[in-house]
Amino acid sequence: MGKNLLNRVWDLHKVRTLASGQDQLFIGLHLVHEVTSPQAFQMLADRKLPVLHPERTFATVDHIVPTASQHRPFTDTMAEDMLGALEKNTKKHGIKFFDLASNNQGIVHVIGPELGLTQPGMTIACGDSHTSTHGAFGAIAFGIGTSQIRDVLASQCMAISRPKVRKINVFGKRKPGIYAKDIILKIIASLGVNGGIGYAYEYAGEAISALSMEERMTICNMSIEGGARVGYVNPDETTFEYIKGRDFAPKGEEFDRAVAFWRSTASDPDATFDDVYDLDVSSLEPMVTWGINPGQAIGVSDHFPRLSDLPLEYREVAHRAYEHMGFSEGQTIKGQKIDVAFIGSCTNSRISDLREAAKIVKGKKVAKSVRALVVPGSMRIANQAKSEGLDEIFREAGFDWRGAGCSMCLAMNPDKLNGREICASSSNRNFIGRQGSPTGRTLLMSPAMVASAAIAGEVVDVRARL
Amino acid sequence: MNASSISKVSGRGIPVRGNDIDTDRIIPARYMKAITFAGLGKYAFIDERLDEKGNKKGHPFDDPRFAGASILIGNKNFGCGSSREHAPQALRDWGITAVIAESFAEIFAGNCTAMGIPVVTVSEADAVALAEAVEAAPATEIAIDLKAERITAGAKSFSCAAPHAYRNALLDGSWDSTGSLLEGAEEIKRTASRIPYLNHFQTA
Repeated sequence: MGKNLLNRVWDLHKVRTLASGQDQLFIGLHLVHEVTSPQAFQMLADRKLPVLHPERTFATVDHIVPTASQHRPFTDTMAEDMLGALEKNTKKHGIKFFDLASNNQGIVHVIGPELGLTQPGMTIACGDSHTSTHGAFGAIAFGIGTSQIRDVLASQCMAISRPKVRKINVFGKRKPGIYAKDIILKIIASLGVNGGIGYAYEYAGEAISALSMEERMTICNMSIEGGARVGYVNPDETTFEYIKGRDFAPKGEEFDRAVAFWRSTASDPDATFDDVYDLDVSSLEPMVTWGINPGQAIGVSDHFPRLSDLPLEYREVAHRAYEHMGFSEGQTIKGQKIDVAFIGSCTNSRISDLREAAKIVKGKKVAKSVRALVVPGSMRIANQAKSEGLDEIFREAGFDWRGAGCSMCLAMNPDKLNGREICASSSNRNFIGRQGSPTGRTLLMSPAMVASAAIAGEVVDVRARL
Repeated sequence: MNASSISKVSGRGIPVRGNDIDTDRIIPARYMKAITFAGLGKYAFIDERLDEKGNKKGHPFDDPRFAGASILIGNKNFGCGSSREHAPQALRDWGITAVIAESFAEIFAGNCTAMGIPVVTVSEADAVALAEAVEAAPATEIAIDLKAERITAGAKSFSCAAPHAYRNALLDGSWDSTGSLLEGAEEIKRTASRIPYLNHFQTA
């Protein structure tokens, strides 16, 4: 019987079995940002421990950076302190820091791949649950907490148990107007927000192979929203082509050797899995969330579920969702007025996302009642977009064009919802309060759907606007 | 640093009902603007506790009957979402020393264990029974015996479970894993020497 990628990469990185029964797993790439690391560096200092592999550790600043003006010092003194702490800690330990002056700053899960740091067959850890994004390259990438950041800084390892693997076989040809975001929202809605607990998700099948790297990142990014800490796609020619020539990619003959290794990490054709789930995307519609977790999503022309039609265990959360959102059972999402449109986040802020959204807004105007912003995932994406004139298209339509950062995905910066505002958002979480207002409301959807909603002032079917 | 063995945790219970309680709800991101974990307890569940005007909404964390409670009783997929350790840090700072639920999100469970906070699972019926017992008699002493995988609540007794590795790490005092990971220094070097991308892809 063949081996799957997870088990192969795990075996390569397994240092030993710990007394607890957990594996000691070597982490090939550690990404660090300003929110979850200062306490970990302090724990190291308290124990007088060095960083074992500073050359395998890279930092950037993303969560707290203001996106309207990124001049230092920030007006928010706490944000300035957090950035200051990261500057001090990276300098002290000799860690490369892609800061605001580097032209390479951006959302940690955007810049890792963009710089060529993220590669197939790696183990990757970062103090952020969306680290699963890097699995798009065939890496095993974990979100970790601060105590585990301490462990990885000190030992380049973490104590962790091997997950089971569920293969999600995605087939069928998706129609125009259906994006990677719709596929992953459908997967989460089908398997549930806790369906992936204890599993890594392997996304496979013809519909996954056909995706670009950026689309694969969108899918893997939201694995954690389905409860799976790890999600990955087997590396293939699309992967190698993406990596080639990037700053930290191997060069020349080393690149050829790398490709041979990368190719060897992919799941065998006869690999075994703990579970398999099939999804046909040929009739998939644009997906929109109606509730307070990413699993509460439906097709744009579907009706919201009736509580009595839901399995018992989903009813309480659905009831809470209707209460918070001000929605009713049986209604549809089409025509729902929005106040804010947000295109950004580690899920959907890459150049292809901006291009798709720009196509929709070109020559049109954002509805008067809507506050709309585009936040590129990195400085490089921002520059690329400018060179293509996308920033002008967005500005002319009435969008705010911002600097790179996490922005309104989690509102640890000035970008947030006010009061009960309702936001069409290309981000990953519609949790209560997520976008900065305890009563604010989030509708998750693809960037193209957000762009359409911004123009119409309400949720519409993007397929009618292509 | 050797951590201490944790085999029994006891205290009064506090039920926080609902499935899929995410870490944004446990502590909203705006309260993570800090470079230490100190004093996060006052923000635990803050948006669930207070309305926009600062009036109390009747959350268990503000209910005087549960003041001083230390064992949180939840439902399914507790702690889902963001990996922020600020969430269990806020709970601990508030006074929580263990969490009982029907199921936990993985990163949250790992964070709790790494902090020495046992997280144990019970059946749906037992989660309901425990919450009801505590609501009916908040003074009920709840005791979690990790070794025996039993919970007692007054005269009642329930079976509970924890992933074996987490349970072992708490019992043998290796839940603070830095020390045990560093003990493998030689094996770490050996592993690094066989990983192709750390060696210019020249390993066999």
